[in-house]
Amino acid sequence: MGILVQGVTCAYGSRPVLQDVTFSAQKGEFLAVLGPNGAGKSTLFRCLLGSMRGYSGTITVDGEDLRTLSPGKRAKKIAYIPQSHRPTFGYSVLDTALMGTTRQRSPFLSPGKPQVERAREALRRVGADHLEGREFSRLSGGEQQLVLLARAIAQDSEILVMDEPASSLDYGNQLRILSMVRELTEEGYTILLSTHDPQQALWFSHRVLALENGAVAAEGPAREVLTADLIRRLYRVDTAFWDTPQGPMILPEVKL
Amino acid sequence: MRTKRRPVTKLMVLLAVLLALFHLSFLWGRLEVPLPQVIGILAERCGLSVTPTWTDTMAVAVLHIRLPRILLAAMVGCALSAAGTAYQCVFQNPMASPDILGASSGACFGAALAILLGHSGGGVTALAFGFSLLTVGLVYLIGRRARGSRILNMLLAGMMVSSLFSAGTSYIKLVADPSSKLPEITYWLMGSLSGAQGKDVVFFLGPLLMGLIPLVLLRWRVNLLTLGEEEATAMGVDAARLRLVVIFCATLLTAASVSVSGMIGWVGLVIPHFSCRLVGNDCRYLFPASMLMGGSFLLLVDNISRNLLATEIPIGILTAFIGAPFFLYLMTRKEGA
Repeated sequence: MGILVQGVTCAYGSRPVLQDVTFSAQKGEFLAVLGPNGAGKSTLFRCLLGSMRGYSGTITVDGEDLRTLSPGKRAKKIAYIPQSHRPTFGYSVLDTALMGTTRQRSPFLSPGKPQVERAREALRRVGADHLEGREFSRLSGGEQQLVLLARAIAQDSEILVMDEPASSLDYGNQLRILSMVRELTEEGYTILLSTHDPQQALWFSHRVLALENGAVAAEGPAREVLTADLIRRLYRVDTAFWDTPQGPMILPEVKL
Repeated sequence: MRTKRRPVTKLMVLLAVLLALFHLSFLWGRLEVPLPQVIGILAERCGLSVTPTWTDTMAVAVLHIRLPRILLAAMVGCALSAAGTAYQCVFQNPMASPDILGASSGACFGAALAILLGHSGGGVTALAFGFSLLTVGLVYLIGRRARGSRILNMLLAGMMVSSLFSAGTSYIKLVADPSSKLPEITYWLMGSLSGAQGKDVVFFLGPLLMGLIPLVLLRWRVNLLTLGEEEATAMGVDAARLRLVVIFCATLLTAASVSVSGMIGWVGLVIPHFSCRLVGNDCRYLFPASMLMGGSFLLLVDNISRNLLATEIPIGILTAFIGAPFFLYLMTRKEGA
C-alpha cells in the first residue's frame, strides 16, 4: 500500500531534471521533500499529478501504475494542494471546496447534494466552515491554504501532495497548517510535502526525501537523515543541532 | 460582492425579460401591427383556428420579415455571449472575446471572397462559416506545435492568423469592383440582421444546438479550467480534452453567428462580464445567464437598429456604440461594488 516511485528520470529538452529518483511512502506517512531551488521538487510533483507525462520509470499507487489510470481514477488516488492559488475568476469558498468533488460525478453533471455535503464536511474538518459564503480571493493567505486543504480532502484521495504549503504564511499559520497536516496522517492520509525549512521537516514529518540536482541525496527517517552534513550539502549553510525536550533544534551559523 | 444570492431567481427574471422582449419586438416596425393581431397571426401559424382580423400585409410582415429576424437576433446574441463566456474561461482571461482565435476574421475573409466571386445569400454564409472553422483549426494546430505555454501560444497564433486573414480581406476590398462589390462587402462586414430569412434561422439552428448543448452540460467542469491545467488535472479533469471540446463549441457558435450576421462585436465581451456581475463566476449559472442576457441584448439593439432612424443602422455599429461606453462604466464601477 502507499506510493512507490521507481527510477523516475525526466528531462526538459536535453536538460535532465530528475535522475533515477526512487522512494516510497507508506499509508499514513508524512514524507517531507527537501532540496534547494531547482532540485526537481516541483517536477517530481508534476509527474505524480499527471501534468508531466514524459518521464521514464514507474510511479505506482496501491500497485497500480499511474500512467495507466484515467485522470478521474488518478485523482481518486492523489490530490494536490498548490502553493498559492491566484484565481483569475472569483469563486465562493464553498464552490472552491466543491471543485474537489468533481471526479465523483459524470462529466455532464454538476455537483449534487452528496457532493455539497462532502465539501461542507471537509471545510468543517479544517475549521473553515464559517468562511463558506465568502469569496475565496478575498481571504487571507492562511485561510486560503485551509480552503485548498479542504478542497483536497473533499476529493477523497488517499495521498495529498502539497507544494510548499507554508511558504507564504505567517509564523503562526505555518505551524497550524503543518500540525493539521500531521493530524491528517493519523486518519490514514499519506502526505508528500515539499518545504524549504529543515526545522519544520524535522518537527512534523516522519520521513525525509532530499533531492539535489534531480537525484536523491538522502532518504529515510527524519531524525536519522537530517544532519548538519546533509544541510551543508543541500544549502551550503553550516548548522548546529541542539537537543531540546521538544526534539532537536537546528541552529544556523550566521554572522551577526 | 454579493453575487451568489439566489442565482436561480435571477435566471428566471432574465428568461422573463427575454420572452417579454421577444413578443414586444413584433410590435415595433415600419408597418404598425397591434398586439391582438400579432397574437392572432402567431396563433394561427401555430395551428389554432382564429378569425382573421388582420390584413395579408400584416401577416407577411409578422411571419416572413419580423419572425425570422427576431429569432435570429435572439439566437445570435445567445450564441455570441455563450462563446465569449467559454473563451474567457478556457483562456483564464476576462479580455477574451469570440474573435480571439480568429473565428471572426476568418469568416469575414470567407464572406468577402464569396462576394468577390459573385455569390450571394447562402454561398456567402457557407464560405464564411467554412473559413471561420478553418482559421480556428489552423490556430489550434499552430498553438499545439509551438513550444511553451499552450494557452499563450494559442492566443498569439490567434492574433497572427487573424491579422493574416484581415490583410486578406483588405486585399479583396482593394481588388473588388468599387461600384458594386465593394459596398456589398463593406456593408456585410459591418454586421446586420436585415434580410434575415427563415432559411437563415434553420441553418443557424444546427450549429447553435451543437455548440450550446455540450457547453451547458459541461459547464461545471469548465469552472475547473479557470484554475489552470495543473490543478484541473489533479482534480481528475482531462484538461486538454475538455479545453478542446469547449473551444470547438465556442468556435462553432461564433462561426455560425458571424456567417449569418456579419461582424457583431462587443456582445461576446460585454455580456459575459455583465452576467458575471449578476450571478457570479460559477459557470453553472454564468452560462445560462450569459445566453439569456445576450439574446435580450441583441434583440433590443436590433430593435433600435431597425426603428431609430429612417434608414437602418447596421447592428455591428450600434453594439459598439452601446457596448464600449457600457463596458467602461462597468470597469470604473468595479472597485466600489
